Amino acid sequence: MKYESVIGLEVHVELFTKTKIFCGCSTEFAADPNTHCCPICLGMPGALPLMNKSVVEFATKAGLALNCQIADFSRFDRKNYFYPDLPKAYQISQFYIPLARNGYVEIEPNGQKKRVGIRIMHMEEDAGKLVHEEGGSYSHLDLNRAGMPLIEIVSEPDMRSAEEAWLYLNNLRTILQYIEVSDCKIEEGSMRCDINISLRPEGSEQLGTRVEVKNLGSLRAVRRAIEFEEKRQRDILENGGTIDGETRRWDEAQGITIFMRGKGSNRYSPEPNLSPIIISDEWKEDIRNHIPELPNVKKERFIKEYGLPEYDASIITASKILANFYEETVKYYHDPKIISNWIMVELMNVLNETGEGIKDLKFTPKQLADMLIMIDKGIISGKIAKDVFREMFKTGKNPEEIVKEKNLIQISDEAELENIAKKVIENNPKSVEDYKNGKEKAMSFLVGQIMKETKGKANPQMVNSILTRLLKEI
Amino acid sequence: MKLHELTIKKANELLKKKEITAQELTEDILNRIDECESKIGAYVTIDKEGALKSAKSTDEKADFTDPLAGIPMSAKDNICTKNLKTTCCSRMLENFVPPYDATVISKLRERNAIILGKTNMDEFAIGSSTQTSFFHTTQNPWDLSRVPGGSSGGSAAAVASDECIYALGSDTGGSVRQPASYCGVVGLKPTYGRVSRFGVASLAATMDTIGPITKNVTDCAIVLSAIAGQDSFDPTSSDIPVDNYLQKLKNDVKGLKIGIPKELLYHEAVSKDVKDAVLNAIKVYEDLGCICEEISLKNAEYAMSAYLVTLAAEASSELGQYDGIRYGYRTSSDYQDLKDFYKKTRGEGFGFDVKWHIILGTYLSDEKYYDKYYLKAQKIRTIIKKDFDEAFKKYDFLITPTTPTTAFKIGESSDDPFKMHMNDLCVSIVNLAGLPAISLPCGFSKGLPVGLQIIGKAFDEAGILQVAYAFEQNNDYHTRRIKERMV
Repeated sequence: MKYESVIGLEVHVELFTKTKIFCGCSTEFAADPNTHCCPICLGMPGALPLMNKSVVEFATKAGLALNCQIADFSRFDRKNYFYPDLPKAYQISQFYIPLARNGYVEIEPNGQKKRVGIRIMHMEEDAGKLVHEEGGSYSHLDLNRAGMPLIEIVSEPDMRSAEEAWLYLNNLRTILQYIEVSDCKIEEGSMRCDINISLRPEGSEQLGTRVEVKNLGSLRAVRRAIEFEEKRQRDILENGGTIDGETRRWDEAQGITIFMRGKGSNRYSPEPNLSPIIISDEWKEDIRNHIPELPNVKKERFIKEYGLPEYDASIITASKILANFYEETVKYYHDPKIISNWIMVELMNVLNETGEGIKDLKFTPKQLADMLIMIDKGIISGKIAKDVFREMFKTGKNPEEIVKEKNLIQISDEAELENIAKKVIENNPKSVEDYKNGKEKAMSFLVGQIMKETKGKANPQMVNSILTRLLKEI
Repeated sequence: MKLHELTIKKANELLKKKEITAQELTEDILNRIDECESKIGAYVTIDKEGALKSAKSTDEKADFTDPLAGIPMSAKDNICTKNLKTTCCSRMLENFVPPYDATVISKLRERNAIILGKTNMDEFAIGSSTQTSFFHTTQNPWDLSRVPGGSSGGSAAAVASDECIYALGSDTGGSVRQPASYCGVVGLKPTYGRVSRFGVASLAATMDTIGPITKNVTDCAIVLSAIAGQDSFDPTSSDIPVDNYLQKLKNDVKGLKIGIPKELLYHEAVSKDVKDAVLNAIKVYEDLGCICEEISLKNAEYAMSAYLVTLAAEASSELGQYDGIRYGYRTSSDYQDLKDFYKKTRGEGFGFDVKWHIILGTYLSDEKYYDKYYLKAQKIRTIIKKDFDEAFKKYDFLITPTTPTTAFKIGESSDDPFKMHMNDLCVSIVNLAGLPAISLPCGFSKGLPVGLQIIGKAFDEAGILQVAYAFEQNNDYHTRRIKERMV
């Protein structure tokens, strides 16, 4: 029998408000353990939560950007359970009346547009962090993270493959980064993902028993965990077994999922210490007006406005900073496609090599445009430009300055080039002979020798025409 | 007159006239504590040094324009006091020293109040007798073989025996009014949201309130003025302006309409003496020109069950934070795993009544039973609120006994939590509705004080204080405390 995967994701995203959700403690990342804590984070007697208004704003913004309906009235609830990193023995979350519902994220698997539904998006507080002593018999507790503001985004089980889940997560992340509510760094835990996955015979409408996989630390892990679960569950079903509704965790090192716990029931109760969240139409509209152009809209515009191929447009708009950099450069240089080529090839290369982010770029769009103009004017060759580009990337210096300092100006002097060409012909009689005998390759060799002689600064078009002329004359 | 017998108002007059100093007053009360404590056991922590130090600095400031400046008081031990042990009278917090003050404490400190110490209570405020304290049982100053009531029994006993001039208690289901009634003093439960709960260990967050326990109604008005008002640290505190409670204390109650809920006054649990004392109080009001009529709070019979379910469900959630991980008691025996650790820590750290409520509440609020019990209790609560709304359309105030009987014997009925809860019949219904109510002495039965409860509309503390004041002006029950008690 052929099986179909039914996948839904629960994504937790840390909002980067300045302070925590229910107190004034800082949300700064990587601070010394337990330095951003107060009686409220620690769940001390009599401490009461205080709602941080920016969290509501950030969350509403996210909900709107994800096409959700925002509830005029929502409320907080307690999820009661015991765990050492949960100071109050309950997490303040939204359960009965969440902030947002019924949204979607668009993905394009195999070039086909598809919507992945968002069932619910709600606000909640994060728990602290247990740091287990390697090989020791005790654990450390860091409560800096306790009370960090989160939104939980629960998708509909609309995804059918690891690829679709990957696309969904990627787009979700891009949207949230675009609207600047989170940096969505999976590695730093500011975006976390749980997978719900079940299998069913292809064509069946009924849902199979769902398994939850927790603890995914990267986009790649999400993909691998889904593929692993698909295989594991298929194997069980094909051998006539049944799937248990359970929670499993992903073991990155072994590349497998491991049983964690069975499904238990939760205890929810209304949070009595917080007033309901009431969002007026004015407030909602104000937040909506602050949502910038979203990636999919930007991509379509780039294709239309700049004539970019879809591939280029989607890569450039995947990051807001990159898209802004691109658009800024377009203002100073006439050919959008050439800019795109430089970004897609040279810039991506150096970023990959150095591991730096676009936000750390040292040179400006204007400087990149100036460099491209220098190529057009014949001041530098395209080949030299690559060196200039790397220098700009390293130092942020103006291209003119780099060219001057390194003496990289292209040699376009006819007489000078002719002299060099003559010398090369003289020194390479064998190659000249080969050329005369019809070996085209010999020509490239001679060009290369001229380039070597001029340290790459010779104007390549001129070298070609001079050399052709000289060889004819022989 | 001895200094410890003074009321806030009298003491303030003497301090202002420089006839006494705050240090003299504090020393006198500390001596009184030394004299009484072996018999009463009202305190769990006495901060002699701190009290004397702040009395001295208050004397140095020599500013007694605030009526609470230099007046020694005590606070129930679930109200957090910075650098001073706050135990909730539980083994769980036996050595807990908060790094912060509850808002009510900060407000009193700003007024240069002298904090003598922390008073005994039922563990985590669960109980009606102060017998479930981890430390010791407090004795009723009127009869040492009897309980002072609870859970603010220590606070009420301390006021009744002059071991402080006034005290703060917490009232979740009558825990200020019931012990005030048993000890023959005045206890006020403000409207929910009138006084900040920040820094007070939660029991049931939708019903908890902080209230004064004082020697008379005037003092009660003074203390409430000091602690009432919105607090940015408590999102449930109200922004409704605070009345000038003192100014409104007038003898004139003519024409006021008072309702007497017959389901409460004539309940089978109410003893004859108590009923007679309340009927007599009604007579006093009629003589003062009030219109008193019997009314029906028709769903009162469901209040006790709704209250118990709400209390247990909320308490089970609130008390989860005491898990031995970050502070407080932690088991010293070996444990197998995390679950075993929690079991042992909480099993050893909590007393019987607390565990009884936690287990009941956990069951009641489980997903499976949530609708059946917790949600239903909340629906009853809404109905009861409506009954009160209806009553207050016609009447300005409602009058009931505070407690069905006078103080019971230590050890009596404490093995039956349901029977214990009948003591709270008339008081806990008020917490369900979030209304303000006061208890004040209205008579005696076999030498034990009887309490009268006056219930008002939401945020009409000024009104109930005034009505209570009028009654107090027409009898001497509140002053008999000094003559007739045991120590």
